[in-house]
Amino acid sequence: MSLTLTAMTDSTVTSGPQQRSGSGQMPRPPQGPYISVITNRTTNLVIRGAMLFSVGVFLALVLNLLQVQRNVTLFPPDVISSIFSSAWWVPPCCGTASAVIGLLYPCIDSRLGEPHKFKREWSSVMRCVAVFVGINHASAKVDFANNVQLSLTLAALSIGLWWTFDRSRSGFGLGVCIALLATLATQLLVYNGVFQYTSPDFLYIRSWLPCIFFAGVITMGNIGRQLALYEYKVVQEKTHQD
Amino acid sequence: MTLRERLREKISAAFYRHGLLCASYPVPIILFTSASILTCCYPLLRLPLPGTGPVEFTTGVRDYTVPSHEPQGDLGERPDWYRGPPVAYIQQVLVKAAVSPWDSSLVPVDVFRSPLGRVFTLLEEIRNHVHSDGSGVQSLETLCLQVTDLLPGLRRMQSVLPEHSCLLVSPGNYWQNQRELFDSDPDLLKTIQKHEPKGLHTSATLRDLLFGVPGKHTGVSHYNRKRVVTYTITVVLGSYDARFLGSLRTRLKQLHPSANCSLRDDHMVHVHFKEEIGIAELIPLVTTYIILFAYIYFSTRKIDMVKSKWGLALAAVVTVLSSLLMSVGLCTLFGLTPTLNGGEIFPYLVVVIGLENVLVLTKSVVSTPVDLEVKLRIAQGLSNESWSIMKNMATELCIILIGYFTLVPAIQEFCLFAVVGLVSDFFLQMFFFTTILSIDIRRMELADLNRRLPAEAGLPPPKPGPLRPREVPPPPRPSPHTITLQTPAFRNLRLPKRLRVVYFLARTRLAQRIIMIGTVIWIGILVYTDPAGVRTYLAAQVSEQSPLGDPGGGGLPPHLGVAPVFHGGDPTSTLSVLPAPEPTPLPENQSQGHHGALPHPQAPPSVPQISWGAEDEEGWRRLSFRHWPSLFSYYNITLAKRYISILPVIPVTLHLSPQEALETRHPQDTRHPPPPIPKVSTDLQTDFTLYKVAALGLAAGVLLVLLLFCLYRVLCPRNYGQNGVAHGRRRRGDLPCDDYGYSPPVSEISPLLLRGHSMDIECLASDGMLLASCCLAGQIRVWDAQTGDCLTVIPHHGLRRSSSSGCWEQRDGWDSVGGATEPECLGSEGPSFGDGLSEDEGYPLRRRTAPSRVTLFTDQPDLTPLIDTNFTCQPPSHLSPPPRTGFDFGGLVERAYMEHEPPSPSAYPSPSSACSSSPPSAAHLQRRRSLGDTPAPTAQDRAFAAGTQPTADWDSAVWAMELRGNLIAAGRSSGKLELWDAVEGSLRCSNEDGVSGITALAFLNNRIVAARLNGSLDFFTVEINKPLGLLQYRGAPGRGSMPPSPCYSSEDVISCQLTRSVQCAHQKPITVLRAAAGRVVTGSQDHTVRVYRLEDSCCLFTLQGHSGGITAIYIDQTMVLASGGQDGAICLWDVLTGSRVSHVYGHRGDVTSLVCTTSCVISSGLDDLICIWDRSTGIKLYSIQQEVGCGASLGVISESLLVTGGQGCVSFWDLNFGDLLQTVYLGQSSDGQGVRQLLVLDNAAIVCDFGSELSLVYVPSVLEKLD
Repeated sequence: MSLTLTAMTDSTVTSGPQQRSGSGQMPRPPQGPYISVITNRTTNLVIRGAMLFSVGVFLALVLNLLQVQRNVTLFPPDVISSIFSSAWWVPPCCGTASAVIGLLYPCIDSRLGEPHKFKREWSSVMRCVAVFVGINHASAKVDFANNVQLSLTLAALSIGLWWTFDRSRSGFGLGVCIALLATLATQLLVYNGVFQYTSPDFLYIRSWLPCIFFAGVITMGNIGRQLALYEYKVVQEKTHQD
Repeated sequence: MTLRERLREKISAAFYRHGLLCASYPVPIILFTSASILTCCYPLLRLPLPGTGPVEFTTGVRDYTVPSHEPQGDLGERPDWYRGPPVAYIQQVLVKAAVSPWDSSLVPVDVFRSPLGRVFTLLEEIRNHVHSDGSGVQSLETLCLQVTDLLPGLRRMQSVLPEHSCLLVSPGNYWQNQRELFDSDPDLLKTIQKHEPKGLHTSATLRDLLFGVPGKHTGVSHYNRKRVVTYTITVVLGSYDARFLGSLRTRLKQLHPSANCSLRDDHMVHVHFKEEIGIAELIPLVTTYIILFAYIYFSTRKIDMVKSKWGLALAAVVTVLSSLLMSVGLCTLFGLTPTLNGGEIFPYLVVVIGLENVLVLTKSVVSTPVDLEVKLRIAQGLSNESWSIMKNMATELCIILIGYFTLVPAIQEFCLFAVVGLVSDFFLQMFFFTTILSIDIRRMELADLNRRLPAEAGLPPPKPGPLRPREVPPPPRPSPHTITLQTPAFRNLRLPKRLRVVYFLARTRLAQRIIMIGTVIWIGILVYTDPAGVRTYLAAQVSEQSPLGDPGGGGLPPHLGVAPVFHGGDPTSTLSVLPAPEPTPLPENQSQGHHGALPHPQAPPSVPQISWGAEDEEGWRRLSFRHWPSLFSYYNITLAKRYISILPVIPVTLHLSPQEALETRHPQDTRHPPPPIPKVSTDLQTDFTLYKVAALGLAAGVLLVLLLFCLYRVLCPRNYGQNGVAHGRRRRGDLPCDDYGYSPPVSEISPLLLRGHSMDIECLASDGMLLASCCLAGQIRVWDAQTGDCLTVIPHHGLRRSSSSGCWEQRDGWDSVGGATEPECLGSEGPSFGDGLSEDEGYPLRRRTAPSRVTLFTDQPDLTPLIDTNFTCQPPSHLSPPPRTGFDFGGLVERAYMEHEPPSPSAYPSPSSACSSSPPSAAHLQRRRSLGDTPAPTAQDRAFAAGTQPTADWDSAVWAMELRGNLIAAGRSSGKLELWDAVEGSLRCSNEDGVSGITALAFLNNRIVAARLNGSLDFFTVEINKPLGLLQYRGAPGRGSMPPSPCYSSEDVISCQLTRSVQCAHQKPITVLRAAAGRVVTGSQDHTVRVYRLEDSCCLFTLQGHSGGITAIYIDQTMVLASGGQDGAICLWDVLTGSRVSHVYGHRGDVTSLVCTTSCVISSGLDDLICIWDRSTGIKLYSIQQEVGCGASLGVISESLLVTGGQGCVSFWDLNFGDLLQTVYLGQSSDGQGVRQLLVLDNAAIVCDFGSELSLVYVPSVLEKLD
């Protein structure tokens, strides 16, 4: 929905970084001066980043709610406050991270020169997001016998997610790297006492956290790539219209 | 690998056979599938309806035992959840207390102060009650539910709710169960109000919890009319001991007998609570559903190229949903009761099962060649995708199996459902969806049987090729056309039945209303069955209306499982009646004083009446159904999916004397003047809350509507009626991949290029089946409008004019079929131009082979392309003789001359004389004669001069051309009108009556109207003298769809006679000429439009209203007349009265083209704007900005499809919304030439000129729009 918005507002974009990776057809050279091209590309990036940021914030809120809910009984005395039960800095952090990841993926694709061709449709992206939410749901709601089982299941699910929706080496590598980094960051945060987990089983955190991170990275990357593709299309269309 | 290959082949073959089966027997298969779906879904009927209200079950108290955990056989209607011990037993002691007799000296506070004060003694009594018998000593401490800490968030309730002790709540908790605190409390109501939450509350309040009766029934307020205070002491027991409870009951009843109480105490009610969905849990759920809908939306929008897109999308969703239902049904059938929350896992199941296969199937089937049989198409499409479908399914099954071995119960259950769902989905895809698809495809084929869509339109790859790129044998051309084609206007009037049904549904909004009614009924049922809902309220209302003191509460509707009659022989009544007459004085009973008051309870109204009705029996029902869950949740005990047992209440009646009330009165109580201070009574308060809820709900509704409106505005940014909507055109290179990375190969319209002309095409005419075009070089070509074959070339390529003189000779003897092979040389200067001959040999155009040439008129001059052509192809080195250049020059000069002023007859001899370097032949002489004078050549003359007579005038350019039947009428710049046979390419007759160039022609029935440059209008009649005397309609050759245009066979002698000539039709050159519906309309430079009747060439009206020359006119069968002028104005006229209907200014500059549909007028102007006007009101609906220089050509294919020409492309627009539907690029070289003329044929094809090429574009998607 907001994609159409972007398509409307972004009518002046003439060329994006993804065009180099685009298939075949070279569009006509942009007619404006170089400066406008730069600004338009920046606008493009900013808009995409903003969208990814909002998606990240939204998912963080919802998924955090899922996690919190596990300890919540039937009738929390004040419902509204429980939505924002996490610390204020969590959603912005998640949003920023998702924006960075979502912009990084198409960028890396173009740098490596291997454009992502696998299942580039919005329906596939939606499926991916649904599975990601499902993984979170499972981690929060399903009662597992022990933590190892939970973590192994989630790891398998995350790998399955990657295999179903991504299948690119760069995606896997980036996902693992970011998951490791995020895990490290969380460890440090918990070590410094910013927050804590109820029953840590992997140093200071839960052992399924890296899997969730990995799945999240894959999902956000998927969205980012799709957005880039979409705007690339818009770019082409608009150029041809001139 | 070989195994894999073999497997693949086998699967493919199986799918092929299956596809054949499905497409062959669609109806039985659909019936079978529906039956199996219904069978599999049948067990679902036993599942409960969704709803969150608690469920009750009533058992007797006497023979109560704690139910065991194991399901014991079939125990009647015992519900599933009634297993194992309950979370708790709830024993309520219902206290009704009143100060009696009421004394006028008492203040309102006294109504509740002393009754509330008695709670402490009662509590003491209950706490200290001990039942001892042989088995031991039982006290409350051992039986009650011991609670621990309150939840951390409830610190503020710590003072009022018990911790680390028995869960025993009563109003005394407000004062920490200490009488001293109560006595010293100056304002009881304030204390009670202190703990009430601010704002809205949905769950039970603390007041409800402690009092145990709804707030307004307590009577604790200053406005208590009845002066009876009601409260309960709620004892929560962890285990059940019948003897202890019995002794407690007896004891309390003995202490405080209730005189007229007949409450039943032989039933206990078990209340089972379902999982409650709070907002916090709802948010992730809603999120998953939003994602699910987005997924379904994005998936189904990919369905394309089918007859009904929505139908197939619906079928896809139905497939997935019913496979899910089937899986749940099957699982329940085999004893697996779903324990997972269905609503929660449902989106994930849909996502796992997915819509992909369905889409892949559709895509594969529609991309098969359309000229195959439906069965074969389905089978082929299925077998193409069989391997990937099987592979995907195997992969998914493997993943799910892996999930099954995680051995986590929840995941196992999910996987089980998913496996069954996947299998049933596969089944449904194979049987249900494939069959639906085959039906859809068949309907599509049926729809275009009438219009016979050529195979090119549906073929996936646009094959390059000059003329006819496919080697498929041409479909049987002649037969189907003569049957069914109706005039477009008539066709549009008739609505198909299916559309009418849809319109009916849309008009009455039937589906929407049914859904609304269903929702309302469902909500009503929920509310009614809800324990906190209407039913209890109604019951309470009825019981309140029953007369006071009526113990039976006669008209009460029975509650769930409660025996309806209260008969006197009840143990309750015996118990309560027995001690009543003589209350035993008890040592710890301090209320001795009130015994005196007891004998006169029937005192005057000042005596408060304590009555026990049936509503007190289960007073907890009047509480919120969240009462118990919230009480337990404070101690972190959830009641979800568990149950509690509620024991019959113990009634306690307290009568207090006024003295006692005075004693317990706090000094501050009297200070309160009764009315003003407690401004808001409880009743009012609840009412006020109700209003607040209503107001907030209203506000939220308004906000929601506004939000949706904003969303709509944002999401549908079609700016209707705004100027110059910028629409993107899709580039040719982009086509294989659309916005979503999905490539629709089939929906691409591939234009058919008709090549052959050497110069730009100037005139274009068609009658639906044939297509005639004339280029600047004067060459006329006739094409088959269906296949794009070039049928005839005029002038015939076999004859060429020698380059040095105006002499004609036949060049290619092998090409003409026999007959007249000797070169016909008009100016016999043969030997002198051998070099020119060899030069012209190389001219590419003449190499065309004409399909059918008849020998009859081979001697007629059939010429090479004219002047300009020769100019261009002639190398500069070529030394051309002076006469020839003179001729060409003359032609050019003549044209240029005629552009500026009306030519005089004297202009004509110049080309002829230029040509007459050779001795003029008879034909030449004849022509010259006819140029000078105007004797109409009779048919006899024609017949006589069959060999040489109708000679073509190659000197002048063709300015206007019309095609009817197989006659081409060509009007030349020399003023000559020629009739050509379109199939044979022979000149049938010519008329040289006029001298002024023919600017426009109309050919209707057998009349030809020619408008000339000098403003005169000539009416000709075409007469056919048949040798057989039979007017034979075109049926056999199958060349057409126009019934009134007769077929002229080659034997006929056709003559064209000038019937009337209106000399001064207009003062200035006639620019436009249109004829339809028996009217001829002319527009001229002199700012007027004239309407003539076709039969008698009588001028009916002269329409004045434009302030500039007329540039465009539209008239059609329905007598709609629109005209556009150089002033940019568009006028709509009433042809019957000649009055102007509307007049709008739409364009800056000339109006170049005008088309009307039944609802709107479309105009294009020199300002490259296409405006769409409402025809009845003349209001501009919207406008489309075209590319520069491409605004002139437009056509309407159906009521809602507009086609416009652009730079090397044609664009299709949706007329209703102004959306660009598709852009079709005509050639590889996409820029440069624009489309200047555009002709819409009857069979949903459009023809447009494209430089020197013609382009034939079939619009397959129109087929559904037309029908």
